[in-house]
Amino acid sequence: MISDFPVLFPVVSWGMNQSFDTLFPLRKGRTHEVCGPAAPAFACALAGQARMRVLWITEHWQSAQINPTGFGEYCPPDRVLTASVKDQTDGLASTEEALRSGAVGLVVIELTKPLTLLAGRRLQLAAETGQSTGLCIIPDGMGSHAAETRWRCSPVFASGDSTLTRWEIIKNKSGTLSGWDVKWDAKTHRVSVVSKVAQQ
Amino acid sequence: MQKRIVSVWFPRLPSNRVLRARPVDGPFVVTIHHKNADRIYCLNAAAEGQGLSHGMPFADARAFCPDVTSDIADLDADDRFLRMLLRWAKRYCPWVGLEGRDGLTLNISGAAHLFGGEAALLDDLRMRLTRAGIEARLGLADTRGAAWALAHFGQGIAAVGQSKSRLAPLPIAALRLKEKTCVALQRLGVRRIGDLKTLPRSTLTRRFGTEVVMRMDQAFGLQPEQITPELDAPHYGVRMTIPDPIGLFDDVMEGVKRLLDRLCPKLHRHEQGARMLVLELRRVDQARERVTLRLAQPMCDAARILPLFERGVQDVDAGFGIDQLRLVATQTDALPAQQITHASNAPDTGLEDLITRLGTRIGLDNIKRFLPAESHIPERSFITAPAAVTQPTDGWSTDRSRPMVLFPPEPIAGAGQQPPSRFRWRQMALTTGRATGPERIAPEWWLPDDEWRSGVRDYWKIETTQGRRLWLFYTPQKPAWFVQGEFA
Repeated sequence: MISDFPVLFPVVSWGMNQSFDTLFPLRKGRTHEVCGPAAPAFACALAGQARMRVLWITEHWQSAQINPTGFGEYCPPDRVLTASVKDQTDGLASTEEALRSGAVGLVVIELTKPLTLLAGRRLQLAAETGQSTGLCIIPDGMGSHAAETRWRCSPVFASGDSTLTRWEIIKNKSGTLSGWDVKWDAKTHRVSVVSKVAQQ
Repeated sequence: MQKRIVSVWFPRLPSNRVLRARPVDGPFVVTIHHKNADRIYCLNAAAEGQGLSHGMPFADARAFCPDVTSDIADLDADDRFLRMLLRWAKRYCPWVGLEGRDGLTLNISGAAHLFGGEAALLDDLRMRLTRAGIEARLGLADTRGAAWALAHFGQGIAAVGQSKSRLAPLPIAALRLKEKTCVALQRLGVRRIGDLKTLPRSTLTRRFGTEVVMRMDQAFGLQPEQITPELDAPHYGVRMTIPDPIGLFDDVMEGVKRLLDRLCPKLHRHEQGARMLVLELRRVDQARERVTLRLAQPMCDAARILPLFERGVQDVDAGFGIDQLRLVATQTDALPAQQITHASNAPDTGLEDLITRLGTRIGLDNIKRFLPAESHIPERSFITAPAAVTQPTDGWSTDRSRPMVLFPPEPIAGAGQQPPSRFRWRQMALTTGRATGPERIAPEWWLPDDEWRSGVRDYWKIETTQGRRLWLFYTPQKPAWFVQGEFA
């Protein structure tokens, strides 16, 4: 008797074919995760399309840095603040503070160690209070359970197009997983979907 | 009431200042770089006894007197020291002004009896200065000019109305005349002030202009001369002593609130905003706890500053209780009043408060923003500056394709001018799919940079078939290939 089973897994309301536009820009008041080589571009595209101010938190030993002359066509550099912190604890505390205040629309933190459930949940609550978006750039396979969505972004080689990127959503708390080949359209200042990636 | 003026001259102020902190026996000079040489700016009595003199080149001085010790002149420190003396001199009378770079003028009218008379006052002044290691020459007369003359030429007191007779034997330089005028008068045989007074005024004016007559009138009180009392710089500090010690967080914050309510109106009145605030909490066991708050922008709004103190106050160890709170704005910036109109957009206070709060945890200098810079060198085409002291600026050029992420150059194996078709980078085997370039960037020779010692660079945008889009460069003058960035 199937109908006698309690409903353990609520059915997602918008069904299987969630469109890209409902997922991106990412849901406000939540913390999301992104991994892969094109993760910085994902963050910049998000800030650019949603026209948000960004606080970008890195640990000070990290030698790679985002280049304003490079991400300038995604989001204006004068809307970006960077914070370099001593360790991940300081970084998470700063992220929480910034998310809670709501003074910046997007807080990006580059994580190097896995997030505990407690820390992830705290970020969610802080984002909810401040109605801002949090985005953790994580190494591959280091996601936390508390994240609302998780994305993997990798550049794609294509003849005649040197900006194509594959964005796959690999975790989604309120919908299905999918993938798209996208590129940044500097004129309309938004991400345009080139094609949907076939499900494996 | 008859005016009485004291003039204090510090003939060796710079050397006295240095020697107070670091006493030296024997000859000592302070040097200054002037006319292409280090010259003696000030010297102590021992050095003068060895035959050194003011303005002498320091190299000569060392030849005459090999054991001379020296220090470099610090004019700002001298100025600060003189102002400190000015503040101290207010113990004698409230009306004290500066006299050039090395003197003070005190208007002691009606104040001398507090110290037991004029002579006793001067003795006290001289005794205290000598004890502090400062040489001083004092003169007391009816006018500023006469007091100056006495201080510089033969010290002492000119009793009321006796200025003329006391000044008559002094040389004419005592009238504060220009050097050129002094020389001209001496050539005419006028050497003393007494000689000058016998000459008709109209002749003097025709020959030397109004200067000589004016200085003479000032010295003898025929023409008034003001002393400008220096105002004390406002002190932005308040304190509160509590009869019973407190230790709860809410109580301390209430105390801070009351202190801010007193401090902020004072800042507002002077159109200043606090940049750095120090809260000092004295505990009953006499230990002191300090909470330092650096603000992201000058502020004088108590309601906004108070919550920013919360984090610092939480970390304070109250011990057996706190019985005194002291709040000082140690650093202030101008914060002029601004017209609020419907057209001007309201200042964005949220972001600045956030920067301040983050600054208390990670340091205010670690929060930065990007500013454009004029350079073709990729890593110098922008600068990062602390967000608290800069404003966001426009003017970014995005006409050239630049990588999104920059890192220090990482060498890869490759040979020849053309980019390698296969290479390994970060343990990945990559194949070149498309190469765009080269774009040649030359080092900026006017700025030394070790990174660019290898000469010009040919930059290539390499799109690998694996997906990664990298920014490679080749150094033709010292053949090698490097990866410096990654495109989106």
